Amino acid sequence: MSITDLATAPIPAPSLDLLADLEQLLHYHFMRNALAAGTVVAVAAGVVGYFMVLRGQSFAGHTLSQVGFPGAAGATLLGLAPAAGLLVFCVAAALGIGALSESRSVERRAESAAIGSILAFALALGFLFATLYHGFVSGIEALLFGTFVGISDAQVLQLLVASLLLLAVMALMARPLLFASLDPEAAAARGVPVRLLSVAFLALLGVGVAEAAQITGTLLVFALLVAPAAAAQQLCARPQVAMLLSVLVALLVTWLGMAVAYFSPYPTGFYVTSLAFAAYLLARAVRWNAGRRGRRAGADA
Amino acid sequence: MTALAAVPVFGWLQEMLSHDFIRNALLAGTGIALACGVVGHLVVLRNQVFSGDALSHVAFTGALAAFAAGVEPLLGLFGSTVLCALGMALLGGSARGRDVVVGTVFAWVLGLGVLFLSLYTTTRSAGNGSAGISVLFGSIYGLSARQAVIALLAGAGVAAVVAAIARPLLFASVDSDVAAARGVPVRALGMLFLALAGVAVAEAVQAVGALLALGLMVTPAAAVHRLCTRPYAAFLLSAGAAIACVWAGLTLSYAAQQLPPSFAIIGLAFAAYVMAAAASVARRTS
Amino acid sequence: MNRDDGAPAAPALQLRNAGARVGGRWIWRGVDLEVPRGELIAVLGPNGAGKSTLLKAVLGLLPLSEGEVRVLGAPARRGDARIGYLPQRRSFDPDLRVRGLDLVRLGLDGARWGFPLPLRGESARRVDQAIERAGAGAYAHRPVGELSGGEQQRLLIAQALVSEPALLLLDEPLESLDISNQRAISALVQSICREQRVTVLLVAHDVNPILTYLDRVVYVAGGGAVAGRPAEVITTATLSRLYGVPIEVLTAGDGRLVVVGQPETASFHGHEHH
Repeated sequence: MSITDLATAPIPAPSLDLLADLEQLLHYHFMRNALAAGTVVAVAAGVVGYFMVLRGQSFAGHTLSQVGFPGAAGATLLGLAPAAGLLVFCVAAALGIGALSESRSVERRAESAAIGSILAFALALGFLFATLYHGFVSGIEALLFGTFVGISDAQVLQLLVASLLLLAVMALMARPLLFASLDPEAAAARGVPVRLLSVAFLALLGVGVAEAAQITGTLLVFALLVAPAAAAQQLCARPQVAMLLSVLVALLVTWLGMAVAYFSPYPTGFYVTSLAFAAYLLARAVRWNAGRRGRRAGADA
Repeated sequence: MTALAAVPVFGWLQEMLSHDFIRNALLAGTGIALACGVVGHLVVLRNQVFSGDALSHVAFTGALAAFAAGVEPLLGLFGSTVLCALGMALLGGSARGRDVVVGTVFAWVLGLGVLFLSLYTTTRSAGNGSAGISVLFGSIYGLSARQAVIALLAGAGVAAVVAAIARPLLFASVDSDVAAARGVPVRALGMLFLALAGVAVAEAVQAVGALLALGLMVTPAAAVHRLCTRPYAAFLLSAGAAIACVWAGLTLSYAAQQLPPSFAIIGLAFAAYVMAAAASVARRTS
Repeated sequence: MNRDDGAPAAPALQLRNAGARVGGRWIWRGVDLEVPRGELIAVLGPNGAGKSTLLKAVLGLLPLSEGEVRVLGAPARRGDARIGYLPQRRSFDPDLRVRGLDLVRLGLDGARWGFPLPLRGESARRVDQAIERAGAGAYAHRPVGELSGGEQQRLLIAQALVSEPALLLLDEPLESLDISNQRAISALVQSICREQRVTVLLVAHDVNPILTYLDRVVYVAGGGAVAGRPAEVITTATLSRLYGVPIEVLTAGDGRLVVVGQPETASFHGHEHH
């Protein structure tokens, strides 16, 4: 539900009959579209997020989810489609971060500082564009927090096609990317194009974020990229299983969050991100407990 | 004084400084920049830029929560950043672990921010979202004299605390294992530092807003980092650079009315960073 | 034992008048050496002399500026599947949540495009065998980040072994290991060399932990390199000639060799700012 709709729409009341609630939920076309869009984004985010978390690139992911804003604002100022500006800035930033990336930690701090500086300047630029073009200010909120109500069929289709393409490329890259992420030196020695893969992955991330953000907002995209994958990796160290788990958690969190938000006056983004965070905390608690029992068993033996 | 006024620049400056809002902005901005520069140098050194970014968004959430609850916004601002800083310091471990923890906390905090924003806009009749924008992008021209003095004192306070713990903190940042072996309380210092960073960020939010606070904290320090490798000198230079950016940015924004002050400040900082980066690359290849 | 039955196989490594430059500076030049198959060879020399450079040349990661290097009879090229490589000590982030088994498996198919489906049959067997060979079976299912340095090292050796290489290159495998682990890894490497008839080239900065296991030594110093049996190479005469300054090789009471008089190697003045 968008923020402006809150004032006008009556809040449906949930009953104790879950089946009836589900029926009510799926009754409206907009809700079905929102769920469909959410599903597609959750699956894509679950897969891409696994690698993002594995590579320790959540900062880059977050930066990419925010940097599209000045692109959209600038495009609006120039009279172009905001979506185009969004995409261009996301990809440009992805390539820029890829160019800056170093694997040695001495360089990493300079790289982080560079990313942070670029991000801040990009946002400042966006603000400038937004103030120069007085009408865009409300667009900022839509970009950040999403508009789940007005998702059209065409948008769902667009999202589906983009995600399928993204997943196909990820499937192709998965093995060498995994190798390059875990062990870049050994991978390079075996002929894996480590640097190229780094840049390609970031570009995919940028494109994915830009596509999804238009519909679900950057906040949701980032949350679905980080928390489900982080939770999955806490619970399981096998890449294939962890990836699957990441997707499952993302789906669960999205469906549940949207369902609860339907019956509540509060924004969807809040529910989805809170559930995602809760999933992560739960996963950490499970692992901590398993570790504690393991240590005690070891001490007794 | 009147003789100086004959020189056009001085006359213009005098005119600028005659405005209350400019003086307040400069006063607050100096204190804020001092804290940000000093803390920012360590944030860059400790590779905690992402944490700083998270804290700035936490500040957004905290401020909005306070607005929505009708409580003094500064309380929400500072309280939320310090609490979150301590939480992140407790949960995070290695660099990769930190990255994940910061990311998940970040995402959740943004979700909370959405909630508070919607609460605020529906419970208060100021539903044009301007509070959200001013928290996101700063309102340094809107500070009262009282707020300006608080900002200055808080900034000076942060800088003083950092100065007091600078030596063990630098040790722990550069070589944590050896420092721990020598009895430096690495973990406690880490938590204290992150809490101080939270305070500095909360300060910066008042000047340039939550989305740009990271820029004020990190960019001048990053520029200095490129050129200067002596840690103690870098503290002073980072603070100086940040203060210079604030003064120059405010002046520029006053001169060119269409430029928002937050943009001017961050824009100048970024320009300085690019020049510093170019200079350091030139130095390396020469 | 050094040659396969039948036609004589090409030597494991052959350098002819080889010279390598990094950043405009000659690391070594005019190097002529040959290393037969099936032996355990240590690449020694002071820091900065070019041991890692030699490995990179063999791996095809660094093209020679002069001369040629032939590996197992063919010119050195990148991504040679006949070579198993263990890069210099990389520590894994303690929060890295991937199993040792998966890390080893990457040595088999990690460089190929596609999605890593669960292993079956022959591939799964090879991974298990490599892990058993490296003695890492007990902890291969645990996340790599939780393991000790010695345990990680064994898994990395398994990763290098799983593609059944003819030549195994280990860059400082004993560095940052304690004495008992050093001995264990040295013994493991020797047994792999003997039992699987793999040529092993091992870079070390201190010869003593592996001295008793070695067949041959390649000593890189003073802008050149020399190969031969340990007793021939690590001598006062040979090393003095190699370095170009008087060197003394002393034997301590317990058999350990000490090299005295090595000049400070001109360090590579890269710009390191912190």
